[in-house]
This record gives sequence, C-alpha cells and structure tokens, in this order.
Amino acid sequence: MSATTAHDTHHDDHAAPRGLMRWLTTTNHKDIGTLYLLFSLTMFFVGGSFALVIRAELFQPGLQIVNPHFFNQMTTMHALVMIFGAVMPAFVGLANWLIPMMVGAPDMALPRMNNWSFWIMPFAFTLLLSTLFMDGGGPAGGWTLYPPLSLQTGAAFPFVILSIHMMGVSSVMGAINVIATILNMRAPGMTLMRMPLFVWTWLITAYLLIAVMPVLAGAVTMLLTDKYFGTSFFNAAGGGDPVMFQHIFWFFGHPEVYIMILPAFGIVSQIIPTFARKPLFGYASMVYATASIAFLSFIVWAHHMFTVGMPLAGELFFMYATMLIAVPTGVKVFNWVATMWRGSMTFETPMLFAIAFVVLFTIGGFSGLMLAIAPADFQYQDTYFVVAHFHYVLVPGAIFSIMAAAYYWLPKWTGHRYDEKLGRLHFWCSAIGVNVLFFPQHFLGLAGMPRRIPDYALQFTEFNMISSVGAFMFGFSQLIFLYVVIKCIRGGEPAGDRVWEGAHGLEWTLSSPPPHHSFQTPPEIKEAEAHS
Amino acid sequence: MSTESTEPLATTAAANRRSVRRLLAVVVGMFGFGFLMVPFYDVICDITGLNGKTRNSVADAAPVRVDASRTVTVEFVASVNADAPWEFRPDVVRLDVHPGQFYQTHFYARNLQDRPLVAQAIPSVAPGLAATYFQKIECFCFNRQAFAAGEGREMPVTFRLDPALPADTRTVTLSYTLFRAEGQGG
Repeated sequence: MSATTAHDTHHDDHAAPRGLMRWLTTTNHKDIGTLYLLFSLTMFFVGGSFALVIRAELFQPGLQIVNPHFFNQMTTMHALVMIFGAVMPAFVGLANWLIPMMVGAPDMALPRMNNWSFWIMPFAFTLLLSTLFMDGGGPAGGWTLYPPLSLQTGAAFPFVILSIHMMGVSSVMGAINVIATILNMRAPGMTLMRMPLFVWTWLITAYLLIAVMPVLAGAVTMLLTDKYFGTSFFNAAGGGDPVMFQHIFWFFGHPEVYIMILPAFGIVSQIIPTFARKPLFGYASMVYATASIAFLSFIVWAHHMFTVGMPLAGELFFMYATMLIAVPTGVKVFNWVATMWRGSMTFETPMLFAIAFVVLFTIGGFSGLMLAIAPADFQYQDTYFVVAHFHYVLVPGAIFSIMAAAYYWLPKWTGHRYDEKLGRLHFWCSAIGVNVLFFPQHFLGLAGMPRRIPDYALQFTEFNMISSVGAFMFGFSQLIFLYVVIKCIRGGEPAGDRVWEGAHGLEWTLSSPPPHHSFQTPPEIKEAEAHS
Repeated sequence: MSTESTEPLATTAAANRRSVRRLLAVVVGMFGFGFLMVPFYDVICDITGLNGKTRNSVADAAPVRVDASRTVTVEFVASVNADAPWEFRPDVVRLDVHPGQFYQTHFYARNLQDRPLVAQAIPSVAPGLAATYFQKIECFCFNRQAFAAGEGREMPVTFRLDPALPADTRTVTLSYTLFRAEGQGG
C-alpha cells in the first residue's frame, strides 16, 4: 500500500497552481467535472436565449422582431448549442465527477487527456458563436446541415465545420477516458454487474460516441470538400446524391439521440431507488435494455427520412425496427414504476425531477411511436409535431434528468445542502412551463404547421401564443436554478457524508465535499452492498 | 505490501494504454466507415434504382413485346440549377405511353447569357424504383451540350418503359436539372 500512498502524497505536496492556472492545468476529475458542468450551464442559457428569440418571433403571425434569415440562424444555432454545448457536456461533466467515485477509483484513467477534452470545448463554441457576426451570418440551414442548402452558408461555413470537428474530438476523447476508467480502474469486487446503473449507461453511451462521432466528422468533411475542393459527394451535377448525406448524417444522428438519453436513464435509476427507499427493480434487465436500445439505434436511422422515397420493404423494415425500441424502453419505465411501487417515497427536488422525467419522457416516447408509423409520418414530417416530440424527450427528458442529478449530487460536491424550498419552486415552475411550452406544439403539428418558419397562418395563433408564454415561463424559471446553485456553492447547512437517508453507493461513503483523490485506498465491494 | 501495490499500478497504466490503442483503432475505423458508405450507397442504388438515377448510357434497343393493354403516364419536368441563367422547358409536359414502345420527345434550352456556356443535364426519375425500368436510347443528357451566346435549341430524348415495370406504377416523372458543366464555358 505504501507505494500508492507515497505516490498520492507526492501529488498533494507540489505547489498546486492557483487562480486561473489551477483551472487551466487541472487534471483532477472533480475540477474537470465542475468545469464541464459550468460550461454546460452557460451554454444552456445561451441556447435558451436563442430559443426565446424564436418563441418571441412566433408569439404572433407576421414578422415582428427578426428577419427570416436571422430566425433560421437562431433555430440552427439553438440546436447546435443545446445538443453539443449543453446536454452532452453536462453528461460528460457528471461522468467526470461521479464515475471515479462510483467505481472506487482515485481519478479518471487518463487525467491529462481529460484536461484537453474539456479545454477544446470553449474554443469550439467561441468559434461556432462567432459565426453569428460574420458576413452572411451563421449557419441557417438547420443543425442537420443538409446539402445543398447548408452549402449556401456564407463565410461562416468552414468555421462551423471546424467547430463540429473540435466538438467531435472532445467527445471522442471524453468517451475513451470513460471506457478506460470503467474497464481498468474499478475497485476490487466491483464486477461489471455490480456497477451502479449510471456507470453502466455511460459505458454504453461512450461506445456509441466512439462509434458515431467519427461518422459525423466524415460527413461534415465531405461537405467541406464539396464546397471548397470540387468533390461531388452530394452534388448531383458531378454524379453525387444529396440524399446520401441524409443517410450518413442519420447513421450518426440516431445513435446521437440515445447518447443524449442513456445517461439520463442512468441518473433516474440512481435517484428513484434512493427516494423510494427500495433497491432498483430489475437491475439486470435495466442493463440489457440499455444495451438493446444502443444496438437498435444503429439500424433505425432511415426513420428520419421516410419521405425521401424508399422502397416499401425499406419503409417497413425501418418502421418495425423503430417500434421495437419501445420494448426495452418499456422495460425501463416498468422498472422505474416497480421500484416506486410500495416504496416509502419522499419528494425532495431530485425525486420530483426524476418522476417528472418518467412521466414526460414517456409522453415523448409515445409521440415517437406515432412518428415511427411510416404512413402517418408522411403527414407529420417536418411539422411542429416532430418539434414537440423531440423536445419532450430532450427537455423534460434529458434536461430534467440533468437538473435532478445536479440537485441530487450538489450536496456531495459542495458539502452544503441546497435550498429545498427554492428547489421545489424551480421544479414546479419548470414542470408547468415546459408543458405549456411544448404540449400545444403537438396540436400545431397535427394541424399542419411546418417547423423552422418565422411566420405562420392565422389559425395557428392561439397555440403559438400559449407556447411562447410557456417558453418565457420555463426560460426565466431557470434563473431560480442558477441562484440555487450559486447559493449552494457559497454555503449552507453541512450536508453530511450520506446526504440522503436512502442513498446507497460508494460516492456516499466519501466525505462531502470528497477528498482531492477520491479513493486513495480502493474500497472492497461485497455482494450485499452492490447496486442496492 | 509495497511490492503488491506497485504491481497493480503498473498494470493499470498498461491496461489504460491498451484500451486507448484499441479505442483509437475503432475511432479511425469508424471515420473510414463513414467514407465507405459512399461507394456502398452507390452500389446499392445502382442495383435497386433507389435514388431515381437512370442509367446514363444507351439502353439495349432489342425489341420487346409492346404491352398495348397498359397505359402509363410519363411526366416531364425541367429545372435549372441556380448557378447560371437558362431557359429550359419540356415540349410536352405529359405523355401517355404503352410499355415496350419507343417514344421521342424534346426539351428546349436557351442560353440567356451573352457568352458561350456548356451545360450538363442530370436526370432523375420518380418514383425512384421506376428508374431501372426507364430505358433511353438517345438523350441530350448523355453528353455535355455546348451553347453559343444566346443560342437556343430543341434537344431529343428517345425512351421506352420496360414492360416489367411494376403494375402499381401508373405515373412516372422524368426530371432534368440543368447544371453548368464545371470548368467550361466560364
């Protein structure tokens, strides 16, 4: 043991840089996790303000606030910032903070690479956001970057592509780090099937990331060479085919949507047992369901493009394969409900967000099933119904799970309890706001309102007004969250090590806040303590 | 105790290096796979006609039985790519045809610029799966077409529909998009 200890003390001894240099040079998984989470929170507000521009313009028909070109830049940038800047870094931040503590490791496996993968992000997003001030504006062809429209982007185009490459490199490095940590750094006795579900879902997510981010990199590289180097991957004049871009893009894009939801499944699977005071129901089936969803995500991509003209056999295959995903997802929802069944439940803020996740994510799942029906999809394609669907799985889905995680582990990270009253206020404002915001969009879509337009027909006015009111309510209630987080960082009631009465898992055996190197001595995990 | 603990530390580092090597190989492989999808897609489309591309060469003109009992509507669409000013339209917009019989129709194109241009027409058939049944023995799309400044002319297409065309296909649309040929005609 002495060698390990000596090694660690050595680290603690040398003069740690302070101020800015501490954060620039840090290789500590907790510092990097914090950086990721703060970056994500910043981007959440940036992307959110873009969304409010969209909703303000759509408050009434006609053009009031922005011109259509700027409106299109807002829809595109809102998506890119929220996906790559808010949701993904938030999950990576949680992985950084929690995975070493959950598997009983001192730190991540590759701490220097960890520092890189974070510090690429601010540069990537500075680049992306700077395109808004360039000649011809930022990208305005939608985040899916379909050619030939995306090739009409002005001076911003190469900057957008480079920033996507940088985000990809960052995600891939983060994913490699997560896999190496989970495979090589587990404490003795922490077998794979004893790992907390958050660790499992992240392991699978990390494999998805390294499988599909390079495909996105390839697709955007082809766009770049088509525009500047005379290739014809997607240019019909030179024998290319723009529909091929959609195939390559969605081969990345569909696994990507699971990259944004699997860690959420993991978070909710940690929180519900704590506040139901029962072990997670069906642990093994949760693991297999996650793996099945990940596998299926690779063979359903063309359901995003039912209307491009596919043979009937193709439509049927992608329709049934897509519907098949409802089976493992149903297993998960069943298990969460069964975990709560006859539990001694209490409703602290993390639990409120987790329960809202289960209910509202399921609504998003059902509208997804409707969209999976190929003949019906011809009607729904590119309408607000699609917008309502993916916002239900991403906002009260992914984002709510991140909020739940923040409330659940904030006391562990800071050592202080957050303000429970304000937390609940934040929850109720968010939960009501998000439904007022997105539920009417289902009706708009079914009535035929197309997405990505700055103006609309008069009959859509009422639902759009309701939706915009909900958007501002949801958006501004996030300031409560910001206040709660700052207040909790600055002080509060001491949290205690276990924080929550019903919490189980290695992270709760450490002090709050945890020591610099999480587990200097690997803990021993016994069967009885595993995933309870 | 001390010998035991340095050992796992070294092996963990080695295991991490091994994991990184393997995972990087997957990353490089998947980047390559993205590009591999391009020829793969072309082959699949060539076999199935999935993307509505007709064979851009002279079809086998061997006579086949004409199915006079069946009538299929062929629609003609002409569009111009935004990169050069052209006038471009079909002479007839629709034609009722019997599968197996040859028909000829014309498209009219005129160069609206005061300098010579070279054009390439790119065909596309909808529904995509009908593309493999659309046989052309003469088409202005087989070659680049040079136009003098302000010149306009009729250009012929001679085609037939294969009688094997699936029975549920009653309308076939042939569309041409006129592109300026790269690097020529300035």
